[in-house]
Amino acid sequence: MFKGILKEQTIQVGIGFVFIVVLLGTFILPEWMSNNFMYGLSRGLAVLGLMILWRTNLVSFGHALYYGFGAYAVAMAQKYLGVTDVFLRIIIAIAAAGLLGFVLGFILRRYREIFFAMLSLAFSMVLYGLLAKAEFLGSTDGMSISPSTMFGFELGRFGLFYFIGFVVILSLIFAHAYLRSSLGHLTTAIMDNEIRVEYLGYSVEKAIHIKYVISACLAGGAGGLMAAALGQVDPDSMVLWSVSGELVFVTIMAGLGNILAPFVGAIFFEFIRTYAYEFAPQAWQMIIGGTLLAIIFFLPGGLWSLFQKINPFKKEKK
Amino acid sequence: MAIKEILKTSNLQKSFSGIIAAEDINISVKEGEIIGIIGANGAGKTVFVNMITGYLKPTSGTIEFNGSDITGIKPREATHIGVCRSFQVSQVFMSMTVKQNLMIAMSLAKKSGSQLLNPIDDENLSKECDKILKQYNIIKQKDLIVSTLSQGMRKLLDIAMAVVGEPKILLLDEPTSGVSVEEKFGIMDIVISALKKSGTTVLFVEHDMEIVERYVDRVMAFYQGQIICDAPPKQALKDKKVIQYVLG
Ligand SMILES: Nc1ncnc2c1ncn2[C@@H]1O[C@H](COP(=O)(O)OP(=O)(O)OP(=O)(O)O)[C@@H](O)[C@H]1O
Ligand SMILES: [Mg+2]
Repeated sequence: MFKGILKEQTIQVGIGFVFIVVLLGTFILPEWMSNNFMYGLSRGLAVLGLMILWRTNLVSFGHALYYGFGAYAVAMAQKYLGVTDVFLRIIIAIAAAGLLGFVLGFILRRYREIFFAMLSLAFSMVLYGLLAKAEFLGSTDGMSISPSTMFGFELGRFGLFYFIGFVVILSLIFAHAYLRSSLGHLTTAIMDNEIRVEYLGYSVEKAIHIKYVISACLAGGAGGLMAAALGQVDPDSMVLWSVSGELVFVTIMAGLGNILAPFVGAIFFEFIRTYAYEFAPQAWQMIIGGTLLAIIFFLPGGLWSLFQKINPFKKEKK
Repeated sequence: MAIKEILKTSNLQKSFSGIIAAEDINISVKEGEIIGIIGANGAGKTVFVNMITGYLKPTSGTIEFNGSDITGIKPREATHIGVCRSFQVSQVFMSMTVKQNLMIAMSLAKKSGSQLLNPIDDENLSKECDKILKQYNIIKQKDLIVSTLSQGMRKLLDIAMAVVGEPKILLLDEPTSGVSVEEKFGIMDIVISALKKSGTTVLFVEHDMEIVERYVDRVMAFYQGQIICDAPPKQALKDKKVIQYVLG
């Protein structure tokens, strides 16, 4: 599955990109900027998950379900098992979201288009409702997450940043390996013609289910990393429908052209949000909305298409 | 040794909210036979193909393949047991290249389970794919996006994608419609000779009687959902009913 993958340009560029972001974030930039990079990298994972679904024309308006589930899995593991180890945290977040995706996938895989999109949203609203009521998890106030450790030592902010970079690189490798595989190519094939895929002997529902679980794992991982990075989980910033909306927003803004696009898009989004708050605390949504409009009108392929135009080593989409 | 019966239908019937599209279809096909299905527009040819390959569920009656009942199976189950098809309106992956289309078909036919997680552009498969594209005379177009191709070429690709699954029985729905007159025979020569070599049983729907005469062992003529004649081509094409309802 991973044969020769480190020789692929997409992966080499990806690793270089993550290195630069991490170095900028830890050595050069002031903390507020560095935070934007860190959050952008983390949330980029969830956007990558959405992008992988989107390549089959499946849009989920409720991906905060997995994002929040991953984050709360970290919170619960801390509360009940005392887990603060960062490796365990990310594994728990991914596994919890993956498991939920696997179970719900049996329902979701039968739906397409708007039904698929809204069904995800419905599930995320159920989770929001449960969490907002769950007093043992702090209801609407949420819970605070203690600093992450690695092998018993406190990781610190920089350490966590490196760790996030490491997780992102692994995810890029995994996502690329998936998309270049026969199973990954079914992604576009299913979008084009489901009947043909069935007549080639593969179950469309199964292919979608696999993809859905991968997507859920990525979103859960993002939630787990964000819980660690923010030191806090709460329903409003992790599971509310507007969080799902933001993820969809960033996916459109980033474009589907490349697996790096979600990370570029997510970092960019953190910056516009920061600036929008600063310039127009009352009307920051207007600025964000305006940005999306501008991108839809002038860059329909998303931010990534801008890179492709100026890319010195042009590369086919992957 | 008697030649094995591969496909048999008994009293197959299909109706769509009152409209009868297939009625009393009783056929028996022997292994390795090449059969031509003829009939005017709306005679029920496609409905018949659709029932055998699991796209439509018969209203009543049964379909037996190699002695086991396959009535109402799913398309992908049909593919798994070796019942494959091409389509009257080609069903290919429009936004992908010709080669990607065939590569997907080949890797789904040849790989399973975790092998499907390996990169699709495997060297051996790719070479084999080029060979087939050459055979079907669409090698020059291999890197073109399918939606830019002519109907005829899509048809060829569609057939190639069904054939790489190495079916035991192959149903082709109007393989040469949309293909230019000059190319028709060339294509059928390629397709039929390859399938004969592998001993594949073929049923194909065809409007061109020259093609039918040249390639088939037996003709089934459809009219208003029923088979009105089931005979070798020489005999069938002279049959009064066939002349009146199919050729007329
Ligand atoms: N899904 C459907 N719903 C309702 N009626 C149908 C459906 N499919 C086919 N029919 C009807 O069944 C009859 C047979 O159609 P069929 O497509 O099998 O014809 P055909 O012999 O393949 O014709 P052609 O040469 O035009 O392809 C027609 O009257 C058609 O209108
Ligand atoms: Mg037809």
